[in-house]
Amino acid sequence: MSVNGEEITRDIEGRLLLVHFLRDHLRLTGTHWGCDTSNCGTCVVWLDGEPVKSCTVLAAMADGHEVRTVEGLEQNGELDPVQRGFMECHGLQCGFCTPGMMMTARALLDREPDPSEEEIREAISGQICRCTGYSSIVRSIRWAAAEEAGTRTTATDPALGTGATEPAAAATSGSAS
Amino acid sequence: MQVPAPFEYQRVHSVGEAISLLDRLGDTARLVAGGHSLIPMMKLRLANFEYLIDINELHDELGYVRVEPGLIRIGAMTRHRELLESGELAAAFPVFRDAERVIADPVVRNRGTLGGSLCQADPSEDLSAVCTTLDASCVIQGVDGERVVSMEDFHQGPYETAVGDAEMLTEVRFPVRPRGSSAYEKVERRAGDWAVVSAGAAVWLDEDGLIADARVGLAAVGPNTAGIPGITQALRGQWPAQELYSRAGDIAAEACSPVTDRRGSAEYKRHLARELTVRVLRRAVARINGQGA
Repeated sequence: MSVNGEEITRDIEGRLLLVHFLRDHLRLTGTHWGCDTSNCGTCVVWLDGEPVKSCTVLAAMADGHEVRTVEGLEQNGELDPVQRGFMECHGLQCGFCTPGMMMTARALLDREPDPSEEEIREAISGQICRCTGYSSIVRSIRWAAAEEAGTRTTATDPALGTGATEPAAAATSGSAS
Repeated sequence: MQVPAPFEYQRVHSVGEAISLLDRLGDTARLVAGGHSLIPMMKLRLANFEYLIDINELHDELGYVRVEPGLIRIGAMTRHRELLESGELAAAFPVFRDAERVIADPVVRNRGTLGGSLCQADPSEDLSAVCTTLDASCVIQGVDGERVVSMEDFHQGPYETAVGDAEMLTEVRFPVRPRGSSAYEKVERRAGDWAVVSAGAAVWLDEDGLIADARVGLAAVGPNTAGIPGITQALRGQWPAQELYSRAGDIAAEACSPVTDRRGSAEYKRHLARELTVRVLRRAVARINGQGA
């Protein structure tokens, strides 16, 4: 399979799950292993460009296919706008759900560059943030969308709902689209 | 760590290859499509197989929604996401989009398939209720060719289907009739959960506006996904009206056999069966008349 653009060949057991292959065999520990029941979504990686829960995909199923993990978001030494959005808008607290959230966010923005808050919430609805930081995660993704559209002027522009340091701006972010 | 018991992984590239492999390996083998029901069961050791045959490479062959005059054919490897996003399917059968919006979550829907859902034969599974509602038939391919069975015959009990050891479900067919529409509603404890109860309805009117035919399919209210023939009989030839839907709701509540579990009491589920039946019938008729989304 290819992982983050690199061709990988390993002999593995048929029952090995993709999440464990990535973490234990390739040492790509950015992908987290959570609930083991395809509920929490921290293990989300891309398989042929679509987010999947890697605790419920066999590593062997990815043979001959393209896998992208959170380590593959950074390109040429530069963080992806989604990663920067999570930094700017406090999109993570404990960080456990973050890799899955960011992979789903990246896929969403590739498909819909200007998602509404509702579309973002739907996209991440199969993923759980136990810090309950959903509002910040939504803001982070909107920050990335604005950044990519070139419409983000400052980090605290209230019209874009990116006011990470401005509680008043954050409170109105839901109505902007 | 939850890991399945050891098995031999096999990957196939055609339906013929899958069937000949199944024919050789018998009941020691199982097909895996999206795997989002089967792999969790294997992790819990509720399901153990010597061989697991991965049919995901058959998506090119069996992933399709084909609209023909009077018939829609959907390949067994069509994924939930594709069903949700098919405009042609939503136009003919809005019940599909209603249901797909509330099946699991978007990431799971990237992987799960129509065929996998039906073959899992979980009594709470939503697409089984949709297919029952739409009077679908299942195309089962075996060594000696294919056979077609109705949804009533397809599900033979919880987690049991008409698909034999050396057979696979390849396609589901849906008859398209004029002046019809459909709807689906689900009550769940939280987003993406299995249904407490869900209900689908499909209604067809005649040229005068009387009900020519109507079908209701319920999930999670008995050992099988239940079609309610009594509702069909009660509604045929009648004017669509709230009072009639209420009668249908009563029939649904009486005909189903829910059990009390963590999702709710039998009494509550009966209440839901009644109320959801009323709502989906009303919405299906409103849609025929061009009202309501």
